[in-house]
Amino acid sequence: MKKNKLMLFSALLIGGSLAIGSCKKDNNPSAPVVYYQQQDQVGRPAINTVFNAAADKQTFNETAPSAMAALFQGKFQAKLLALNPAYTTNALGLNDTVFTTVLANDVLNVSTTGTTTFFDGTNVLTGRTLSDDVIDVELTLIFGGPTALKGTPTNSGLISDHVNANDKAFLTVFPYEAAPW
Amino acid sequence: MKRKKILLACLIAIGLITGGILYASDHIDSPTVTGQSTDITDLYVFQGANTSNLVFVANTQGLLSPTATGAAKFDPNTLIQFSIDNNGDNVEDLVLQCIYDSVNNKMNIYGPIKPSATGTQSKIEGPLVASVAVTPYGAASPITATQNGIMVFAGPRDDPFFFDLDQYHKIIAGTATSFNNPGTDAFAGTNVLSVVVEVPKAALGGTGKLNVWLTTRKKV
Repeated sequence: MKKNKLMLFSALLIGGSLAIGSCKKDNNPSAPVVYYQQQDQVGRPAINTVFNAAADKQTFNETAPSAMAALFQGKFQAKLLALNPAYTTNALGLNDTVFTTVLANDVLNVSTTGTTTFFDGTNVLTGRTLSDDVIDVELTLIFGGPTALKGTPTNSGLISDHVNANDKAFLTVFPYEAAPW
Repeated sequence: MKRKKILLACLIAIGLITGGILYASDHIDSPTVTGQSTDITDLYVFQGANTSNLVFVANTQGLLSPTATGAAKFDPNTLIQFSIDNNGDNVEDLVLQCIYDSVNNKMNIYGPIKPSATGTQSKIEGPLVASVAVTPYGAASPITATQNGIMVFAGPRDDPFFFDLDQYHKIIAGTATSFNNPGTDAFAGTNVLSVVVEVPKAALGGTGKLNVWLTTRKKV
């Protein structure tokens, strides 16, 4: 045991002096590269919160979006049908498979050529501004059925939370967000 | 030993309760990130007041009451990274990185730049492109900086997210069947720690469509 410790100690010493020696030789002492490991992730708002079971939430957070659909689309589809058992298609005309495939690739689609909005009545998924009522959009797509935007939604009590704006006005100039409370 | 077990049980109970009651947009969405500097609340990407620019907003450490906001700090061991896919394969072609320098109390920006590797592990890429002093809580106006065509802000802001979260939970739990009108914004009066970066669209590549996501990454 003691011998082992001694050996370890001398190995460390040798390692240390070698490291120092190599620094000198290179004449380029550079700090070791620091790596950062993914711990939380978001593309579209509330996807992890709404569609993943507790046991999957952290796995989802640590997954690259390109790998998400393979791991989570089936679970999202089951969750969608649990939330809205009568789901057929939604206002975008997407059936349950297509809709949950879109959602399971959790990225925010952004246009660089025009209006940026989650949904403004005309443009769909071209960004997300501070004032976008993203929750109503998502509720409408989950619960509202195919004619939700034509005045005949299904589950009419579930397609809006009736909180339509932020509690502070945004700025028209950088950094756009309102001062803290 | 027994005390440890009790403590563990309490921690688990707290985790279950917060996990079940309060999570929202991406606020405290998993016990691992809850209460941590890595906890993202929201991502926003939109055209700037100068329409040649795109604005990237990363909000973290949400649900800060006004009394808790002054003590909230960015973490030098948490990398805040926007990943940008400009060819439609959901793999990042560019990264825009924000890392806090606690010695100088500045937020440093790197990119947008092609990363040396894609995926769930990152390192700081390329040269420093912009740096801004963190705006202290209570400042009369936000501190901003513009360097290399990139505008940047870092500090506490009002949480721009709004949602009647409590009623949603009642619906999910089966104790309510619809939302109230008007609803009650569960995020009213709360703050977040925010990083806002405005970048020329010309630096982002692609042919008009990007896919963007936000991650926080912990130093390993």
